Amino acid sequence: MKLTGAQILWEAMVREGVTDIFGYPGGAILPAYDAMLGYPIRHILVRHEQGATHMADGYARASGRVGVAIATSGPGATNMVTGIATAMMDSSPIVCITGQVGSKLIGSDAFQETDITGITLPITKHNYLVTRAEDVAPAVLEAFAVAKSGRPGPVLVDITKDAQQGSCEVDWAAAEPHLTEAYDDALPGDGDYREAVELINAAERPLILAGHGVMLSGAEREILALAEQANIPIAVTLLGIGGVAASHPLNLGMMGMHGEAWVNHAIQEADLLIALGMRFDDRVTGNLKTYAPTARKIHVDIDRAELNKNVRVDVAIAKDLRSALVEWLPHVTRRDRVEWHGRIDALKGDSAVRDIQQLPDDGHLYAAHVINDLWRLTEGNAIVVTDVGQHQMWEAQYYKHERPRSLVTSGGLGTMGFALPAAIGAKIACPDSEVWVVVGDGGFQMTMAELATVAQEQLDVNIAIINNGYLGMVRQWQEFFYGKRYAATPLMNPDFAKLAEAFGIAATTVTKRSDVADAVHAARRVKRAALIDFKVEQEDSVYPMVPAGADLHKMIRRPSPIVETAAD
Amino acid sequence: MVHTFAVYVENKPGVLNRVASLFRRRAFNIESLTVGHTETPGLSRMTVVVDTDEYGARRLEAHLHKLVPVRRVDNITTTPSITRDLALIKVAATGDARTHVMQLVDVYRARIVDVSPESLVIETTGTEDKIDSLVEVLRPYGVVEMVRTGRVAMARGLTPATRLGVPRGVPPADIGGDVSNCSV
Ligand SMILES: Cc1ncc(C[n+]2csc(CCOP(=O)(O)OP(=O)(O)O)c2C)c(N)n1
Ligand SMILES: [Mg+2]
Repeated sequence: MKLTGAQILWEAMVREGVTDIFGYPGGAILPAYDAMLGYPIRHILVRHEQGATHMADGYARASGRVGVAIATSGPGATNMVTGIATAMMDSSPIVCITGQVGSKLIGSDAFQETDITGITLPITKHNYLVTRAEDVAPAVLEAFAVAKSGRPGPVLVDITKDAQQGSCEVDWAAAEPHLTEAYDDALPGDGDYREAVELINAAERPLILAGHGVMLSGAEREILALAEQANIPIAVTLLGIGGVAASHPLNLGMMGMHGEAWVNHAIQEADLLIALGMRFDDRVTGNLKTYAPTARKIHVDIDRAELNKNVRVDVAIAKDLRSALVEWLPHVTRRDRVEWHGRIDALKGDSAVRDIQQLPDDGHLYAAHVINDLWRLTEGNAIVVTDVGQHQMWEAQYYKHERPRSLVTSGGLGTMGFALPAAIGAKIACPDSEVWVVVGDGGFQMTMAELATVAQEQLDVNIAIINNGYLGMVRQWQEFFYGKRYAATPLMNPDFAKLAEAFGIAATTVTKRSDVADAVHAARRVKRAALIDFKVEQEDSVYPMVPAGADLHKMIRRPSPIVETAAD
Repeated sequence: MVHTFAVYVENKPGVLNRVASLFRRRAFNIESLTVGHTETPGLSRMTVVVDTDEYGARRLEAHLHKLVPVRRVDNITTTPSITRDLALIKVAATGDARTHVMQLVDVYRARIVDVSPESLVIETTGTEDKIDSLVEVLRPYGVVEMVRTGRVAMARGLTPATRLGVPRGVPPADIGGDVSNCSV
């Protein structure tokens, strides 16, 4: 039976298990939209194509399944660029389908023609320009295979209008992808598991650095087994949060620019770093010349190109993390490492004093309080989707994530505007999970049009705006490094509660700490979307902070107690 | 150090762009890049010459492998191999000069492939060194135009190309870029 290219597109997606897609129609993708009605696919109509890509991304991060976004040619496709780059930086498997002008018109500057495969070449794992119905099935099937294989990432399939309209017979078996070996043949000089195990067994002060790869590889159990068996503390990256339960006694917390001081000190004092599925980003290393000076280093990453990129390591292993750990475990010896744990406890030392929960309610509303309360009230069980800025770091510090994939956040690209659409994707992927958006007043306004999507799809997504009246993180940099000259960071905001109400979304404004719990309870009670505008302390800062490029152990510490600074 | 890669790619539209874009994106400077068909239909072979250290070469190799249309990558830098460059050189030589040029062409075992009243076109193949030196001796006679293919390379014999191991020993001090000016 002959199918049109448009039908083949949907048929291929259904075969890939796709049930939900995020998109926005237009001329060049109309044949595909028309054919969609014949397939069991839920289409979520977004309000901007950037939103569609973040939704697909949030869907993928929350569930581990491939997220799909679809848009028309030209402006529809270019609107996807930010979302694609975001997914690329954070290894998130999404497939973006774009319509393209008719194949005869390519290169002619036809209406709404853009070279989207050219534009997205450096920000996709791979992309395809499909000009014939015959090529739709192989391209789409391969796109899914590429997106989820190895180190996951975004793939774009640009399909000309005539390829959607043309028809052909499909041999589905022949259309199956044949990817080359994912480059997993061991190379001479690649680290051997025996070398890794030897270093681990001999180390006195080892530290595991756990990244996003722990979840991408499904190595949550194995990493704990390694840590527990050998008594090795774990530090996590921002995207590694959730890979190891926050309450686990060996989990020290987040490392890096806004990581806990004792974690960064532990890195600097360790004699062995075991880097698992993380990539030594500049946000976690600080000055590379003084980074972990006394430590030997083992690095496991599925992407060989990450090895020896920023930090030279003693043992570099290009392998799926889970299978690497499975190989190590039988050879890792039990050890107490009492001294090392004692040292770390000492490093933690005064931190209890700074514990936000110890602070009196002096009438001020601190973002950290809001997030800490949100964590308590949701019992740490929500999927929290953050935007980018101070609130993102406070979320990472004060919301204790117990489950993998329960923090969805843009790390590598730091994309403001990510939170609301990504949360929509997360909610569609995990309808039974409680989903909270934690977003700044600045970033919220970048993609708040998606409130309409929330309303139209009747999604139970709760939104906490951490409203400090500033582009807070930039203001913090201006305060610390630019003599408090607040160039273009103060925000004049709309009344967010009224705005939400215009979309039919329940909303409240909170200005006192004593009102936080009631507002959160109310939002959780209603089985549809709710928005809370938390008007927090305006000139509060995130501590500790390693200034960009400074030595990891030279942090700007949180003035103690926090109230004194923030209330001055 | 100069590294030479033999890269086998599927002969599909845009492949050259993907490879070239990778080098640009990762801030590697291509010294030369040649591409042509291989003995296998549908498969093209590129010879890419890049100036980078061993760590860079390995990362580059890994990145090349991640490109979907790339089938195989050999770093043949240290493999005994034959490398050749082809050049066409137009020299504005008349009268006595012309005789001198023709003698030089003989010495270098090059060939004259076009003669006009005011100029000669010389064709030569060889290592880049040899061609460089021919160009130098011709320069005084007036090289008006030159085109070179860039290096093509093939490993000798039937031994497979060896791949670089990870360099061992004390790591050099600075590896990653300067992160002191990273942004918010
Ligand atoms: C799209 C985009 N533009 C600019 C930036 C730079 N930037 C990083 S954080 C930040 C401020 C965010 O302000 P807000 O959303 O209010 O969050 P806050 O820091 O106040 O919590 C800015 C402008 C960015 N990360 N992304
Ligand atoms: Mg703000």
